[in-house]
Amino acid sequence: MSHSAKRKAKATVLKVLVYGSAFLTVAVLVALLGYIFVRGIPNITWQLLSTKPSVIKDTIGILPNLLNTLYIILLTLIIALPLGVGAAVYLTEYATSKTFIKVVEFTTETLAGIPSIIYGLVGMLVFVQMLGFGSSLLSGSLTLVIMILPTIIRTTQESLKTVPAGYREGALGLGATRWYMIRTIVLPSSISGIITGCILAVGRIVGESAALLFTAGSATIIASNIFEAYTRGGGTLSVALYMYAAERGEFEVAFAIAAILLILVFLINMATRLVQVKMKQKK
Amino acid sequence: MSENAILQAKDLHLYYGETEALKGIDIAIPEKKITALIGPSGCGKSTFLKTLNRMNDLVPNVRITGEALFHGKNILDKDVDVTDLRRRIGMVFQKPNPFPMSIYDNVAYGPRLHGNHSKKELDELVEKSLRGAAIWDEVKDRLKKSALGLSGGQQQRLCIARALAVQPDVLLMDEPTSALDPGSTLRIEDLMDELKKDYTVVIVTHNMQQAARISDQTAFFLLGSLIEYGPTKELFANPKNPKTEEYITGRFG
Amino acid sequence: MKLKQSIERIMNAVFFICGMVSIAAVALITIYMVWAGLPAIVKIGPVDFLLGTVWKSTAAEPQFGILPFILTSVWGMLGALIIGVPVGVLTAVFLAKLAPPKLAALVRPAVELLAGIPSVVYGLIGMIVLVPTVMKTFDLKSGSCLLSAILVLAIMVLPNIISVSETALRAVPPEYEEASLGLGATWIETVFKVSVPAARSGIAAGIVLGAGRAVGEAMAVMMVAGNVANMPGLFKSVRFLTTAVASEMSYAADGSLQKQALFSIGLVLFVFIMLINWLLNTFLKRGEKQ
Repeated sequence: MSHSAKRKAKATVLKVLVYGSAFLTVAVLVALLGYIFVRGIPNITWQLLSTKPSVIKDTIGILPNLLNTLYIILLTLIIALPLGVGAAVYLTEYATSKTFIKVVEFTTETLAGIPSIIYGLVGMLVFVQMLGFGSSLLSGSLTLVIMILPTIIRTTQESLKTVPAGYREGALGLGATRWYMIRTIVLPSSISGIITGCILAVGRIVGESAALLFTAGSATIIASNIFEAYTRGGGTLSVALYMYAAERGEFEVAFAIAAILLILVFLINMATRLVQVKMKQKK
Repeated sequence: MSENAILQAKDLHLYYGETEALKGIDIAIPEKKITALIGPSGCGKSTFLKTLNRMNDLVPNVRITGEALFHGKNILDKDVDVTDLRRRIGMVFQKPNPFPMSIYDNVAYGPRLHGNHSKKELDELVEKSLRGAAIWDEVKDRLKKSALGLSGGQQQRLCIARALAVQPDVLLMDEPTSALDPGSTLRIEDLMDELKKDYTVVIVTHNMQQAARISDQTAFFLLGSLIEYGPTKELFANPKNPKTEEYITGRFG
Repeated sequence: MKLKQSIERIMNAVFFICGMVSIAAVALITIYMVWAGLPAIVKIGPVDFLLGTVWKSTAAEPQFGILPFILTSVWGMLGALIIGVPVGVLTAVFLAKLAPPKLAALVRPAVELLAGIPSVVYGLIGMIVLVPTVMKTFDLKSGSCLLSAILVLAIMVLPNIISVSETALRAVPPEYEEASLGLGATWIETVFKVSVPAARSGIAAGIVLGAGRAVGEAMAVMMVAGNVANMPGLFKSVRFLTTAVASEMSYAADGSLQKQALFSIGLVLFVFIMLINWLLNTFLKRGEKQ
């Protein structure tokens, strides 16, 4: 074979491999979505969504899991949002020591790399046992706070960095204190980044199971009010999926939950995209 | 000279870490006049300007010795309220930097920040400041629209209005026209001439013709030192220092 | 005036505390993992614990050797990478260099979607689709084995590898590529001979990130790997470090050596992850320098 023919053949092989890989990636996703929707959606019934499991009637409902997921998202964000945004603000607006910034960024990256099962273990040791919160939505939420902190810090920090230095100079030049400047100029200008961080965090919370299994448990009780809910254990949708599939063999319910989770993931991805588009339009 | 000086520097040294950026500046800036600071890039004129309202505080590792007096009080003292100082010595920046809010809110930002929330007073103050910055007629019908929709020259005049709204004594201007087209530049120069009736203006400029046209006093900086300082006409017609002459005749810089 | 300054000082302190939370969290996690994980290692003996090949935590004479879990985690990670890296890197090349913009705009959201799918969903699909398929294809008694886990992990690490590699490939200065094209190389030759080597630190970071995800994954693996403490074999039912912790944690009695040993496994996993993080940082820093 001539040299140029070899070159051409090699190029063709590479192209086939590249296109083939991309196709495979998409095909895996499509197959996965298709299979889950086909098996899951027919099983999503009103009865499933609106009741709790009943041994007497021998029915399964995931209302408690829906509520637990919601409660955990709520409390986790309420705590993690100010902490994460505050940390990002400190790093970009206040901190003067380069070493300190590096240490915080390093630890934030480290947190992002720690697997959820480790968070589950530490959450169990600290919140469930040492602080005595027991296996409860409170313990679960507190564990997830640490877990999603890196997501919120990173996205907020990135959007703070895009706020033009001129805005800050302008405000300080008029005699604003740093805090007044942050409150009136910097945070409003980076709100879309903060929202993106929240949405991504919700995505992680919804999909989380290993960190919650040992901290919030898998109970399916409906508490009489939201405050009582936090003192009790309860499984989120993902935890419930695991329980129904791996422990009880209720695959119809598992697929129904999987379909719901996928729809949520879908919505979350769309929402981040929407915020990003809006952000670009503003500029 | 120093009797009617509103701002005065005495043996002012400024260090960025180990580098000495200002090497003992002595200068007295007269009230209600325009003082121009000229010199090649990196000569310290902007650094000096930013010292006068402590904007240099924002730069890490800055150390300043000597005195900078405002109405006779040293503004470098630790107990000086920097936010109050900056209210009285306002600043207009090189690049127009309106906030991403409405024109009205931009001008009202300063007064609100210093505690004025009365709608009636704010309305008056906004109009007065916008008139003072010669932009009222262009924006009076769109006060609630975003300031980012204005042209570059309009944005800069809005920033001047924003600075005026806190009723300062002094306006520091850091190359305020360098990012603008010639037409907008001319309007701002005209505006400065009006402003000196009520305010002391200190302007850093790259453009010697501009300094010659608008200023009463001119200070020539080179490599962190003040080489020559005096009435603009004298300095340009009769420079005493050969380096000044070299610079204004365009032999370097 | 005084009030303004005190508010300023208070807010500075508040934000400083927020900044400290990450540091405190990492310190807390490290301290607790060591504190909870060390006692059993000391009692069992580090050599017996780390190199012992038999795990019988509930036997009358219990044995706590975790070598099977360590090796399973290592093999599982390597297996996932062997499949995931070529597919992932080539997909990244497709997205960054070869795809027409419209096609890329379809594939990229697909990758993002893959990244967002919860691990239990991967586990469910693995259980219902993959495990029976593996069983039939290789004529096994059960399809719950290391191979099934590797296949699930390979899909799970894809989005990490793709997105980090794509970013690195996009960051390659166009001058490099222009130079190569100017010398008469075709575009595809340029991509593989210039762009991919130039982006190697970033691609390596993507691979390490994927490795971290594979080692740390618990739930999906638990649902497909069979969960028996065997020494690893492709068609054997196996237990990973993560699943070893998860599967016995719920019933191990508080204070028992069994429970302590589970925390020790967690500590070993934690050390693994820290090593991977360290490697990741090295690659990322090297990428920045370039």
